[in-house]
Amino acid sequence: MKRRSLFLISAMVFGFAFLYVPIISLIVYSFNKSKLVTVWAGFSTQWYGALLQNDQILQAAWISLRIATLNATVAMALGTIAGFVLARFKRFRGRTLFTGLVTAPLVMPEVITGLSLLLLFVALESIIGWPSGRGFATITIAHITFSLAYVAVIVQSRLADMDESIEEAALDLGARPLKIFFMITLPIIAPALVAGWLLAFTLSLDDLVIASFVSGPGSSTLPMVIFSKVRLGVSPEINALATILVALVAVGTIIAGVAMLRSQKVRERDVQMAAADN
Amino acid sequence: MASSTTFSTFEPWKDPAEKPYVCIDRVTKKFGDFVAVNDISLDIYRKELFCLLGASGCGKSTLLRMLAGFEEASSGRILIDGMDMAEIPPYERPVNMMFQSYALFPHMNVSQNVSFGLKQEKLTGQVIKTRVEEMLELVKLTQFAKRKPHQLSGGQRQRVALARSLIKRPKLLLLDEPLAALDKKLREHTQFELMNIQEQLGVTFIVVTHDQQEAMTLATRIGVMEEGYIAQVGTPTEIYEFPGSRFVADFIGSVNSFEGRITVDEPDHVIIRMLDQDVDIFVDHGVSASPNARVWAAIRPEKIHISRTDPGQARNVIRGKVKEIAYMGDFSIYLVELAGGRTVRVTQPNLRRGDPERITWDEQVFLHWLPSSIVVLTE
Repeated sequence: MKRRSLFLISAMVFGFAFLYVPIISLIVYSFNKSKLVTVWAGFSTQWYGALLQNDQILQAAWISLRIATLNATVAMALGTIAGFVLARFKRFRGRTLFTGLVTAPLVMPEVITGLSLLLLFVALESIIGWPSGRGFATITIAHITFSLAYVAVIVQSRLADMDESIEEAALDLGARPLKIFFMITLPIIAPALVAGWLLAFTLSLDDLVIASFVSGPGSSTLPMVIFSKVRLGVSPEINALATILVALVAVGTIIAGVAMLRSQKVRERDVQMAAADN
Repeated sequence: MASSTTFSTFEPWKDPAEKPYVCIDRVTKKFGDFVAVNDISLDIYRKELFCLLGASGCGKSTLLRMLAGFEEASSGRILIDGMDMAEIPPYERPVNMMFQSYALFPHMNVSQNVSFGLKQEKLTGQVIKTRVEEMLELVKLTQFAKRKPHQLSGGQRQRVALARSLIKRPKLLLLDEPLAALDKKLREHTQFELMNIQEQLGVTFIVVTHDQQEAMTLATRIGVMEEGYIAQVGTPTEIYEFPGSRFVADFIGSVNSFEGRITVDEPDHVIIRMLDQDVDIFVDHGVSASPNARVWAAIRPEKIHISRTDPGQARNVIRGKVKEIAYMGDFSIYLVELAGGRTVRVTQPNLRRGDPERITWDEQVFLHWLPSSIVVLTE
């Protein structure tokens, strides 16, 4: 048997440690009895209980979830339209400009995006009186503006892979363009829409910078609350909260992975069956 | 199936009273500066199986897509059954198309794919069901009705695509390289199935292909295309035996062409002097070429006889040496080197097994042919 080199093994250990030691220590300390984060005083789940009593955190989580859901849904719809235009309209006046405008938020520093949106909202309020003050609505709008770009890029690349003659075939068989979009194109690119929705949801859920610019009193999102709490010192409650979030993400990823693996296996079996039939 | 007899008498293009079903009238298509289809005029008649044959990029697919309505002609008119198609979108044309990629709807099963076209019309569910069942029976896919496209083999997918494009009973079916994705054995089998179905349903087919064998087998007439032009239109026999240009002669099958000069020009025969050989070619029909014009005498490899002994004729004979032999099973290809160094391709059927008399490498041979076997080309 070939011996693995010591270098490779230590590189792997160091790499994984680099990625996961912080998270593991966070999880371990969330079960700490002591109020001091750095001193271990025995196992306890008391901070999880305290978390459920903390209205401020619960409320922020609820706001974050609502914003993320609304943002993901609207961004998916608008991003799909933008992606469709980018993929299907080969040549039109200002195509390059449009592409640039759609994808600019991907590379724009968040501080700039946040600041410019804040200035826009303030200006709008003084001109047309809407939005009156900043809060839930302005955070949602701000999130949509940048997550839309991600959805558009995902949808565009999926459409670019799709055989265009499938749409032509539907056209040839007597279906009108709008019907084709809903009956043929959308079902085929549905996985891209789901991916776009999930990405938009995640982006919104963990955005701190932009939300800080455009939020108002009483509309602090979860990342904002966590950040402001940590500035006053890390509390074990936050560790518990973070552990829950890590667990949710891990479970979600595992489910998605298993589902993908299974559908791929089914597909491979089908293809083999088809080949055997012939 | 009485195809051989009906095909020999099915020649609507010779009947002046017959109206063309598809009329392509001086159609040009440009993409920017590139001229994909250049001033093509073509009449195609009811129940024809017309093949557009050409190398890739010759404009044949663009022409087909204009008929389907996916591309707009830059100039010229397309009439189907006497109606100008210019303003009519693809979903209202009396035409269906079978795509090269098959373009099956991946999220629908076979019967949903096939019924898609009917569902766009105002038909009752029962009618749709019956017609889909009929169609699946025609293409022998009844037992696969519930399968998704990715669960089918290439040949089955091809039949789904065909069924889907025929379900609306179009008068005209456009087929873009319908057999290109199939392997050789399956392709031959499917060619005959396609002809059967076309005859059973009486649909006019326009097939785009780059495969000359396929075109020869399928077509009532072939239109050979080259760089956006139609080089020649004719029956497979006409195209093969009487090619109109060197391009067509070269493109369909293989051909030996000898450059020469006409020395005797009579209404019933001509004699051509070969440029690089000390040989006269006697042709038993008149030729419309200006005297002293450069001409090419073209002859198919299977029409040349090869023998060891001098056939004892003054004309239509060349000496050479066998340079290469390729054994193909049913026939052999001989490459014979002439005095000037150029080679002539000759094919001979292998009539006897293990023929002890057969000609082998490096033998001196005589090549000779009948005066009627030569086609004289001027360009």
